[in-house]
Amino acid sequence: MSDKGTILKIKDISKEYPSVKANDSVSLDLEYGKIQALLGENGAGKSTLVKIIYGLVKPDSGRMYLNDMEYRPKGPQDARSKGVGMVFQHFSLFDALSVFENIVLGLDNILEKKELQKQIIDVSSEYGLSISLDKIVGNLSAGERQRIEIIRCLLLNPKIMIMDEPTSVLTPGEVSDLFLVLKKLSKSGMSILYISHKLEEIRTICTKATIMRRGRVVKNCDPQKISATKIAEEMVGTSFSSPKKSKIKKGKECLQINNLSFQPSDPFGIPIKNLNLKLHHGEIIGIGGVAGNGQEEFLSLLSGELKPSNGSLFFNDEDITKLNVVERRNKGILSAPEERLGHAAVPAMSLTENCLITAEHRMKLSKRGLIDYTISKNLSDRIIKKLDVRTGGSDALARSLSGGNLQKFVIGRELIQNPKIFIVNQPTWGVDAAAASSIRQQILDLAKEGTGIIVISQDLDELLEISDVFCALVGGQLSSPEMTNELNPSRLGMLISNSIE
Amino acid sequence: MLKIEPRKNRSNFLEVSAPVIAVILTMIFGGFLFLSMGKNPFEAIKLIFWDPIMSPTFSEYSRPQLVIKAAPLILIALGLSFGFRANIWNIGAEGQYIMGALFSGSIGLALYPLDAWFIFPLMILGGIIGGIFWAMIPAILKIKFNTNEILVSLMLVYVAEQILALASISFLRNPEGLGFPGSRDLSKYPSASNPELIANSGIHVGVICSFIAVVFLTYFLTYHRLGFQIKLIGQAPKAAKFSGVNVNYIVIFCLGLSGGLAGIAGMFELTGPAGLINIDFNVGYGFTAIIVAFLGRLHPIGILFAGLLMSLTYVGGELAQFMLSIPAAAIQVFQGMLLFFLLSTDLLVSYKISFNLGINNSNPKSKSE
Repeated sequence: MSDKGTILKIKDISKEYPSVKANDSVSLDLEYGKIQALLGENGAGKSTLVKIIYGLVKPDSGRMYLNDMEYRPKGPQDARSKGVGMVFQHFSLFDALSVFENIVLGLDNILEKKELQKQIIDVSSEYGLSISLDKIVGNLSAGERQRIEIIRCLLLNPKIMIMDEPTSVLTPGEVSDLFLVLKKLSKSGMSILYISHKLEEIRTICTKATIMRRGRVVKNCDPQKISATKIAEEMVGTSFSSPKKSKIKKGKECLQINNLSFQPSDPFGIPIKNLNLKLHHGEIIGIGGVAGNGQEEFLSLLSGELKPSNGSLFFNDEDITKLNVVERRNKGILSAPEERLGHAAVPAMSLTENCLITAEHRMKLSKRGLIDYTISKNLSDRIIKKLDVRTGGSDALARSLSGGNLQKFVIGRELIQNPKIFIVNQPTWGVDAAAASSIRQQILDLAKEGTGIIVISQDLDELLEISDVFCALVGGQLSSPEMTNELNPSRLGMLISNSIE
Repeated sequence: MLKIEPRKNRSNFLEVSAPVIAVILTMIFGGFLFLSMGKNPFEAIKLIFWDPIMSPTFSEYSRPQLVIKAAPLILIALGLSFGFRANIWNIGAEGQYIMGALFSGSIGLALYPLDAWFIFPLMILGGIIGGIFWAMIPAILKIKFNTNEILVSLMLVYVAEQILALASISFLRNPEGLGFPGSRDLSKYPSASNPELIANSGIHVGVICSFIAVVFLTYFLTYHRLGFQIKLIGQAPKAAKFSGVNVNYIVIFCLGLSGGLAGIAGMFELTGPAGLINIDFNVGYGFTAIIVAFLGRLHPIGILFAGLLMSLTYVGGELAQFMLSIPAAAIQVFQGMLLFFLLSTDLLVSYKISFNLGINNSNPKSKSE
């Protein structure tokens, strides 16, 4: 409509959190009437950037310009009033109220009822967002709910609409309906910033894509002109330092996973579908993939926290499917979950007490049910020493440790118990480089002693560095194992983005 | 705008002084309450907190009453505190208390007038079983059908009250009682009575039992695996699962412990201070013990002091009712204030309130997560 040009200009935006640099001088131009993609893996900094644009987060440095005027939103309301709207991934609707009531509640300005109804009908018919105003939201499908959110956003006449992974909750049919709406919107001159990590989608509707990786913009391109493989490569990064591969001295098979399936009771849980894997002594299997694809469930199924709906687990040819957490641990199957505070460790307990969580039985920290705090403290001291955990001592509360140090402690607590099998999720998440490399070294050393190890990580560089075998976990399904040293970046990218069936 | 933020480190000073501050605040605001009713606030506070212990006129009666009332509160609160630590909310201790009394009372009355040493211990056992039985109903329903133990245990209080009323007018009624409701007076039945051990001290077997329970449970909470697992579930349910804690087992244990202790408390009350089963046997110890448990920060030793303090407000409250004709409801409001201030000062131990004048993202309609 209006002449081509930039509506929103982002210059050198940086935002640093205590453990991570979420945005590192990010620049981006959003053009009039375009659907522009913001691509990247989880943790690449997309959400932070979008929150900055929508006024939810203040950047540490950098500037933004809206229509060549400096743009510095004080908050979401301010952003909306300046023409920046956002549709969130998770809806904020009241199930018990009608569509109309939900729309009214979401508005900043109160309007006359008739006037508002007319506006809603105008907007919805203009863009093909059919919806009946009297329906109760609780009875609507995800696609219809999303339409409410979009209408809510459109009523404010935004110039820019941000959509955060809008298709993650939709059925394929609803997705194509949404795309029609988005195309109409962009034709009428609206700029849409579309966040996703689904490549095919982006190739269908976006004409410009900005790819982020580890807080930086790595590439701007036209997704319709370059291949999905190329985009995937950019997302995961091609800067492979060819990992120093120790010779694989595979031992006997120690863990066999047969057709493992899991059906979550929680509607947001990820089902695990028919997972097969064999782990050998001394082998490190790397499981890559974006978080939220079943990683947490996978670890919990192996640790015994979750019961599979189908399939079996064998440890050294012994069926362990029915064993509980403690029984598995006693056999030497140890694990370290991703979430440090609240899952692997209790924030308000001391390190001595935190030892008891996984080491009570194996390290004999109790006798006939009575806990011996002296032994527990000794163990904690040893972990602190072995992993070089920087802390005030074993009496320090878990939450007083920095993320990296607590991670070292949590991993050390398992390592010191001489596991036969060790499963770890995100061993170096949010850990500084030095600590990360020390943790990786510990994992490699453990494998050298014959332990079978499964490392689940989003950090592909890490997996390439330490793992012998690589699989990708996408949508609860595991790709077939491939030797890590035979992988090339494009193959890796495709595995992760699951464009190859 | 006002903002509540977690403190990085819990303030040790506040942790110790919070209950004291809460008591002082209760005195101040309670004083205003009494003032607004046209009573002399200083006299009322003095009657509640000082006279029961120190006044030469009243203490002879009040001091024994203090321990008599504190003992059931402490026993019940000790049991509740374990569950509360694990987020298992037994609100129905009052019902378990009644059932403990009914079970033990039935045993004693059935054996009347037999004179034997084993009757009293058997009645203690009956009290425990009665309390556990009543607590197992919410426990099993929770495990099997995931019902809410708060509602089930609370509703069972009213069921227990009905059974109590029925018992006192029918199957446990004193055959020599001229048709009046109420059972035989067990305190006058030597084999089943729970007499004062030291004259004019108020100390009976139940009081001794509650002190032993304090010591034992302190040890248990600190050193036993179950004590640790209970803390684990309360603080980080996910970590408890990761550790391999059997949550159902803990539910049974916590409800069983609180039910059993409430049942014992009912038994001692029945055989001692109350003497007989009657419609008005229960006076709310089971509910007040909830306050006592929190007032004592869910720690056995804290509960010991909290029970004595709460008992003081009861005994002193009665004194104030009697001397200044302050209505009973006002005394209850006063006790409610105590819990309110305790919980609010407790918040300040773990959280701080800050005034944030920076970014305005307080827009109530903002759709931010």
